[in-house]
Amino acid sequence: MAVLVSTAINGDTVEFACDPHESLLDVLRNRLGLSGAKEGCGTGDCGACSVQVDGRVVCACLMLGVEAEGRDIETVEGMSHGTELHPLQSKFLEHAALQCGVCTPGFLMAAKALLEHNPDPTEEEIRFGLAGNLCRCTGYDKIVRAVQDAAKVMRG
Amino acid sequence: MQYEAPETTKAAVGLLAKAKGSAYVLAGGSDLLVRMKGGFVEPDLVVDIKRIKPMREIKKTASGFVIGAAVSCAEMNENKALVKAWPGVVEAAGLIGSKQVQSRCTVAGNLCNASPAADSVPALVAAGAKALIQGPKGKRKLPVEQVAVGPGKNALKKGELIEAIELPARKDRSGDAYLRFIPRTEMDIAVVSAGVNLRLDKKGVITEARVALGAVAPTVVLVAAAAKAVIGTKLDEAALAKLGEAASAACKPIDDKRGTIEFRTKVAAVLAKRAAEIAYKRAGGK
Ligand SMILES: Cc1cc2nc3c(=O)[nH]c(=O)nc-3n(C[C@H](O)[C@H](O)[C@H](O)COP(=O)(O)OP(=O)(O)OC[C@H]3O[C@@H](n4cnc5c(N)ncnc54)[C@H](O)[C@@H]3O)c2cc1C
Ligand code: FES
Ligand code: FES
Repeated sequence: MAVLVSTAINGDTVEFACDPHESLLDVLRNRLGLSGAKEGCGTGDCGACSVQVDGRVVCACLMLGVEAEGRDIETVEGMSHGTELHPLQSKFLEHAALQCGVCTPGFLMAAKALLEHNPDPTEEEIRFGLAGNLCRCTGYDKIVRAVQDAAKVMRG
Repeated sequence: MQYEAPETTKAAVGLLAKAKGSAYVLAGGSDLLVRMKGGFVEPDLVVDIKRIKPMREIKKTASGFVIGAAVSCAEMNENKALVKAWPGVVEAAGLIGSKQVQSRCTVAGNLCNASPAADSVPALVAAGAKALIQGPKGKRKLPVEQVAVGPGKNALKKGELIEAIELPARKDRSGDAYLRFIPRTEMDIAVVSAGVNLRLDKKGVITEARVALGAVAPTVVLVAAAAKAVIGTKLDEAALAKLGEAASAACKPIDDKRGTIEFRTKVAAVLAKRAAEIAYKRAGGK
């Protein structure tokens, strides 16, 4: 039986109906047309599905859609202001921190959460902070550089 | 599947107790949802405990800390008083998964899931933590080492859930530590792990000790002989050697791709000794 859920996504109130066993990731992608978060593994290992819930980064594949009731959710779709990219997005482009791009939305959300909690992380802190995100293409170095550079811009 | 998110413990217990089919508590979901996805469990009822306010709180009391069963490991690591009092427990909880997993996972879930390699459990056992259980017949307290009864099996009866984990107050001149061995530097399952909690007298002689090992037996084990090996000593070379021997002797590990019996037995000694040295320093010993 479908359950009615009311939540906030990227600042907008959103209502949806979903089955109780459906993951938040499936709800975002299949019911709400928010396909930024990706399914790499579905078991919490790759981080491609990362979103923020009440200010903390989580794997959307490891949360039920029904758990979103009354929560505050941020997805990669909410990162830019119109056409103005978030510094992390700009720096990922500038540093070529992506190839196929499947991991990128997850890295962006995890890096955003990391910098919100720690605006000036060391390289080691960045690597540990992003350990829940896998990338099969870049070898990570460019991602780390992009995050370091974005952190500098964000600190102003 | 039916999903419920009650606001009181009593309501949660009521739902679990009268459930007809299979019923599961949902805390962080980092074990449960993975098992559901894999088709290993098919719950008829899931009871989400995250809307139960007292279960979301860490309370500091005269007798220690009460960590609500729905408190995430990330929240534990942000609680300064808890980090100061029980650094080993908090470190162990902080090793579970990634930042994403940390935002959701709980130590009560880690305990109930009953993996022999569960990271927070040896540290909780060494600390002398207790599980506060509530069920249809009322409340009971169980030492954490009695919660897991075998791989994936726990001692909870139908309708029971863990409400909170209770840690004792930190005594003078005492300290704890947790170490695990994994082939990577993060995001991996412990091949062997050790938690140690020590108390010293004014001269630095160990008066109380608890040593627990993970991933070397079907459940996390409390090794009384290892504690005995260091009590009455200043953790000198001889005491450390005896501690290591006792740790190895307590191992009944499995052979698998993550580690052989021989490797696990040897590394258990190494980790127990290193964790003891850290705990000794934290307790103020030199
Ligand atoms: C990517 C990834 C990495 C991981 N890495 C680690 C790691 O490094 N170390 C490690 O130890 N574990 C690891 N785990 C496993 C898991 O994250 C931990 O065991 C975690 O602590 C489980 O807590 P939870 O709150 O998410 O449990 P849940 O999944 O919510 O619950 C686990 C089980 O316990 C039951 N349960 C939960 N809470 C209660 C309660 N209060 N009362 C009664 N029953 C309850 C549930 O019904 C379920 O059967 C990892 C998991 C993932 C997905
Ligand atoms: S899809 Fe969620 S972590 Fe891989
Ligand atoms: S760019 Fe392809 S997985 Fe990261």
